[in-house]
Amino acid sequence: MKKVLTTPVKDEDIIDLKAGDTVYLTGLLVTSRDDGHRRLVADGIMPEIDLKGAGLYHAGPIVKKLGDGTYQMISCGPTTSMRMEKFEKDFIRKTGVKVIIGKGGMGQDTVDACKEHKAIHCVFPGGCAVVAADEIKEIKGVEWEDFGMPEALWILEAVEFGPLMVTIDTHGNNLFAENKKIFNDKLETEFDKMKSALKFGH
Amino acid sequence: MDTMFSEAELRIVNSVASYLSVMSKHLPDDVFDRLSEMRKNEKNDGAKAVYDCMFKNLDMAVTLDRPICQDTGLIQFFIKAGSGFPYLANLKNILTEAVRIATEVTPLRPNAVDTFREKNSGNNIAVGSPWIEWDIVSGSDDAEIEIYMAGGGCSLPGKALVLMPSAGYEGVAKAVLETVCDRGINACPPLIVGVGIGTCADSAGLLSKKALLRGVGTENPDKDAQKLEKMLFEGLNNIGIGPNGITGTESVLDVHVEFAAHHPATLAVGISVGCWATRYGRIHFNSDLSYEIKTHGGVTL
Ligand code: SF4
Repeated sequence: MKKVLTTPVKDEDIIDLKAGDTVYLTGLLVTSRDDGHRRLVADGIMPEIDLKGAGLYHAGPIVKKLGDGTYQMISCGPTTSMRMEKFEKDFIRKTGVKVIIGKGGMGQDTVDACKEHKAIHCVFPGGCAVVAADEIKEIKGVEWEDFGMPEALWILEAVEFGPLMVTIDTHGNNLFAENKKIFNDKLETEFDKMKSALKFGH
Repeated sequence: MDTMFSEAELRIVNSVASYLSVMSKHLPDDVFDRLSEMRKNEKNDGAKAVYDCMFKNLDMAVTLDRPICQDTGLIQFFIKAGSGFPYLANLKNILTEAVRIATEVTPLRPNAVDTFREKNSGNNIAVGSPWIEWDIVSGSDDAEIEIYMAGGGCSLPGKALVLMPSAGYEGVAKAVLETVCDRGINACPPLIVGVGIGTCADSAGLLSKKALLRGVGTENPDKDAQKLEKMLFEGLNNIGIGPNGITGTESVLDVHVEFAAHHPATLAVGISVGCWATRYGRIHFNSDLSYEIKTHGGVTL
């Protein structure tokens, strides 16, 4: 069965989730990447929108402005989350976002913040920009448009946005850190297997 | 652009521009087929959900007529031009104009940032963009143009290193395995891995990109290179990186090795990876400008 989280997401909605689980998100989803994180954390400026319990999406969308002043989401795939690692801990603390969505893993500071403030980090399938755009049912507004289209804070209404795989849960688990260990162990095994066959010319 | 084009040249401009547009919306047949096979092979439920999403995305890209991924890359051309191809002299301008038009019409994402000035040129045209590599074939009068949309995520793991020959082919294999495991996760796996072996960083790097574009399912005609391809393919797939790096049944669509002779004192290895949405294409122009597209069956421009 599909597990759908609805915003505002509460602690009890995500506390039982484990790294590796698959979920979907319905409700308020706000994009922010490098510039938005820097302004909010380093410059200490808060956006007008209340992000408590909301989803935060690491993405730089392609948005089309329609004639009637509304917007249409064209393309909205995730971007590499690690770029926001430096600011994420404080971003979570200051805004109260609960579900962070991006691509690839994040570091120990984010793991600590997710544990302390009860939040999760998830990945959306990389490169699936058209599906992502389709699961955004409405663009409700935009802040910090001075950054330009990809970096602005787009305020979105998402419906069953996903599949999202939980990579950091509220218990200190970090899926990609674990996976990397698995991959590196297997790498050694595989390398040992091929070693003797690699003596070309000798 | 002030460059004037003849009527025939404009035909090439328009064909390449439409082909770029097609390429951004349709995967090449070999990538699509292998990805379908990997989806069938997949045993992990989370990984299956990712494959389902990829295929839904591919369908929707066609239905809604939109690029598969928002990152349509920096455009690279690899040309094998006959010395007698009648449009050789102006080909660089022709291809540059095709990129400008495709960027505007498709639209492709502007991805050319002027180095040092750090400003996006806005139209994918800048110093060295599009990137063009030339091979001149003497005696021929046609031209084969290979196109690659070099995305950011999938270009990031790329590297070239020059080993001491004492590191041997073990050193080569280790470098490939480590690069893919360490940096492949953010490159939207499953991946195509291109490996180039030669003397210097530049030749190994270029060969690795040519290897990447060789076509999924092809093998190097050299028996030893084939053996290395097979070992790396099996080894990487046994590691089970899975789609998105979340672990799964396989890791790579394919591994290709291309090589040149190496200096007795060096053994250089280049590594290029392509993401699951590797958008590449090959179009062959005859001197009368009739063309054949080898990578995307059923496409007319
Ligand atoms: S790695 Fe490929 S699929 Fe992933 S975001 Fe980049 S271009 Fe798109």
